[in-house]
Amino acid sequence: MPASGLDNHPMLFPADQSPADSEYRPPAEGQGKVRPARLTAAATRPGPRPSSARSTLCRAAGLSLAALARLLSGASVRWIASQPDACQRVYFANHTSHLDALLIWSSLPQPVRELTRPVAAKDYWSRGIVRRWLAEEVFDALLIDRTDIKVHQSPVDLMLREIGTTRSLIVFPEGSRSVTGEVGDFKSGLYYLAKKRPDIELLPVHIDNLNRVLPRGEFLPVPLLSCISFGPPLWLESGEAKVDFLARARKAVLALKE
Amino acid sequence: MNDTRTIALIAGVLLLLTVATAVGQFLKRHPDRGLDPAAVNTFNLRLRGWWIMCTVLAAAFWQGPTATVLLFGLVSFWALREFITLTPTRKGDHRALFWVFFLFTPLHYVLVGYNRYDIFSVFLPVYGTLFVLARVAIAGDYKRFLERTAKIQAGLVVCVYCLSFAVALLQIPISGQPGGGSANFRLLFFLILLVQFADCMQYVWSRMLGRRLVAPEVSSNRTWEGLLGSATSTALLAAVLWWAAPPFEPWQAALAGFVVAVMGFAGGMTMSAIKRDRGVKDYGTLVVGHGGVLDRVDSMCFAAPVFYHLTLLVTGAGPAP
Repeated sequence: MPASGLDNHPMLFPADQSPADSEYRPPAEGQGKVRPARLTAAATRPGPRPSSARSTLCRAAGLSLAALARLLSGASVRWIASQPDACQRVYFANHTSHLDALLIWSSLPQPVRELTRPVAAKDYWSRGIVRRWLAEEVFDALLIDRTDIKVHQSPVDLMLREIGTTRSLIVFPEGSRSVTGEVGDFKSGLYYLAKKRPDIELLPVHIDNLNRVLPRGEFLPVPLLSCISFGPPLWLESGEAKVDFLARARKAVLALKE
Repeated sequence: MNDTRTIALIAGVLLLLTVATAVGQFLKRHPDRGLDPAAVNTFNLRLRGWWIMCTVLAAAFWQGPTATVLLFGLVSFWALREFITLTPTRKGDHRALFWVFFLFTPLHYVLVGYNRYDIFSVFLPVYGTLFVLARVAIAGDYKRFLERTAKIQAGLVVCVYCLSFAVALLQIPISGQPGGGSANFRLLFFLILLVQFADCMQYVWSRMLGRRLVAPEVSSNRTWEGLLGSATSTALLAAVLWWAAPPFEPWQAALAGFVVAVMGFAGGMTMSAIKRDRGVKDYGTLVVGHGGVLDRVDSMCFAAPVFYHLTLLVTGAGPAP
């Protein structure tokens, strides 16, 4: 996608479609930083919730789905110059399959997993009882409303508010699943996340071969072997331009391919 | 019955592995013996693989034919998984692959388990092929059609169809006894032993005498001398162990050993060619720290059908319905 216009959206489009709105203009540099987070409105749910609130059933469902995904995708997990850690992180990955978020989530050790929330599209994941239950209760996903993006509820602010000072996020900065398997350009949400919370570690993740396990538009998986690589964290350098940072982040994901 | 033979075979293998392990550990602790440390390391890793393999096989044999068929089915499934993972497929192959993995492979092993030779001998080569061709065509992507279907079919035949002949050995009636007895398990173990031995001998002879590479572009360590040496020594071992493989006379066992070594060589070469084409060293490169399952069973895949049919020939019986 050429995306020079779309790229101005300070958000991460988490699933299939490109953003529907075109009214929104991003805040000028620095403006978003100044705006206090509490002024942003309309969260899907109030505040971060302790993970212990999830019921045993949801935990069991989460564990078994994670195990099933690992089994089906034969995923081997590599940590390259980084370690699993419970510190606050944003995992950003290439997006190739519906299984991506589930697999990254299941690749994390249990204590880290409890702290980590995938970001997903509200219009897709709140449709139907099962999907909603999976998203909200089992995976504790942070649902972003793609169709109703306003200045006052910029997804980045919503994400930052929801994770507080303890939780981590899984995001897919390409915005939608790649059709060809190539890693597309990153949307600018990652940049604004990094700008507003410079203390959070941004961890690149590369997902290999999962697009063949469950390609876009298919619902039955083929049990090939895939590989998940976690790379060394990066941060926004002071004075680094948005375009440069996004290119650097994308390169960090691509570098994990080998 | 002949269970002293089984015990003798098990004891012999355990003894051999124990001695080899002791030697391996000794060499590891004394790196000053002038041996290549990498080779010693490979040797020890191989040994560990054999210990694991023997343990798993013993457990499956102990549980009986059903467990053994299940074990081989899982190995086939995993080998096919590695094969297709390293073979580029297109999105149009997805549905065909789904059925190949979840219907054709398990069903084939069910047929093998029930000894339906009349069906399982044609199920994958005929019906599997027809299905893959038609399903890929229906998916509507005609680009490189024959190449894509051939890849899937090659994977099915090598990883599933051929390997399943090893476990089909369990069903052959031997000297008046119906299949599934201890003699059958010995026969299967005999085959595995020969294949592994031939692999080793190929390596050893190539290292010692190897001069003329068979195909330098495909494999840099398989030589004509290695092939000849391995075939001869495997034939010798088979002749010495003829008592363990029930229907064979010593000369027949030797012949079987020779053929198994040659077929194992062919399997290794074939898989090397595919790996070279894909630019990888092991099928298991996606699984960190392991050579793949397919690297372990490639020789077996090629040797099993021939050994099966040799056994049928020697027993003079068709596979009992």
